[in-house]
Amino acid sequence: MSKLRLIGDGLVKNNPTFVLLLGMCPTLATTTSAINGMSMGLATLFVLVLSNMAISALEPVVPDKVHIPVYIVVIATFVTLLQLLMQAFTPAMYETLGLFIPLIVVNCIVLGRAEAFANKHGVLESACDGLGVGLGFTCSLTVLGLVREILGSGSAFGWNFIGGGDGMLAFVMAPGAFLCLGYLMVLFNKLFKKN
Amino acid sequence: MAVKSNLTNMVLVLGLTCLFCSAVLGGAYVLTKDPIEKATAEKQNRAIAQVLPHFSDLEYNADGHYYKATDGDAVVGYAIESSTVGFGGALSLMVGITPDGVVYNSSVLSHSETPGLGAKCTTDGRFMDQWRGFNPSVKKLSVTKDGGDVDAITASTITSRAYTQAVANALDTFNAICHE
Repeated sequence: MSKLRLIGDGLVKNNPTFVLLLGMCPTLATTTSAINGMSMGLATLFVLVLSNMAISALEPVVPDKVHIPVYIVVIATFVTLLQLLMQAFTPAMYETLGLFIPLIVVNCIVLGRAEAFANKHGVLESACDGLGVGLGFTCSLTVLGLVREILGSGSAFGWNFIGGGDGMLAFVMAPGAFLCLGYLMVLFNKLFKKN
Repeated sequence: MAVKSNLTNMVLVLGLTCLFCSAVLGGAYVLTKDPIEKATAEKQNRAIAQVLPHFSDLEYNADGHYYKATDGDAVVGYAIESSTVGFGGALSLMVGITPDGVVYNSSVLSHSETPGLGAKCTTDGRFMDQWRGFNPSVKKLSVTKDGGDVDAITASTITSRAYTQAVANALDTFNAICHE
């Protein structure tokens, strides 16, 4: 399987948000704006690539019965690393996403790719898979964030185009997250699903 | 494919993995400790500078959670940390009060108010500006709906009340400092 194909698969065929439906908690919670969604996606991408690589490298020595605990320790290490780095160098971003960064540990996407892909493939392939799925997650979250931001606050990537005032606030809050996600999923399946 | 498990290799692999990961995190903690402290202190200093007139020295009082700002020998004001419960959770403010008991300015340290409604307490110019020079001996410190002189943020009375309460708490702290 070519490396490029693996990355493409992560974006469309294995898209974590619209096809695999994994990691819904951060998806719904952090996409109040396009920037927030993109940051969360990139944070997950970082953890996903590194944990996929580490896990596929460790696979030959990890005994079967303790493989889940080992994966969790590896993933938690990368997440904590990311958390410390964000706290130190991007404090403003950390403040917005703060609560959801530690939760990347329990994001099904990360453990899911470790189980479904990384422990059966080589380091390089696993890195590509991590990159693909991570990019898929980032794009989905950015699009979802953008739609919610446009409808809910009348701005895009922080740039306000309705000249002050409010958008339809419901879209910034939880109900809007479910609505937007549902309709985007319909659109995604309409465009990419082959019957 | 997978390695067959026995007690020795399970303990060994899991133990070594944990040991290695702890070492990595320990190292990362030491490396990021200073930048994190610097970022936190910077944020605090920005908030203080925003709520007080020009000062040269700052002295922190850990008991009362306030900073006493002086310029030379003269006290120019107090920056008081104050928190209450807003609509979505804790609302914490930094309130600057000059020695004559007038609010110099206020700024939000952290909040979890509803985006677009209560969260406007950090962006709504009309709401924020009324705290600049708010004199509690002339104006009544409660929202207009409760018969006071504080104009609430549209559709966010609970947040505005909490904000007002936090300023009132800061003024209480200030009065306690003055009576010491």
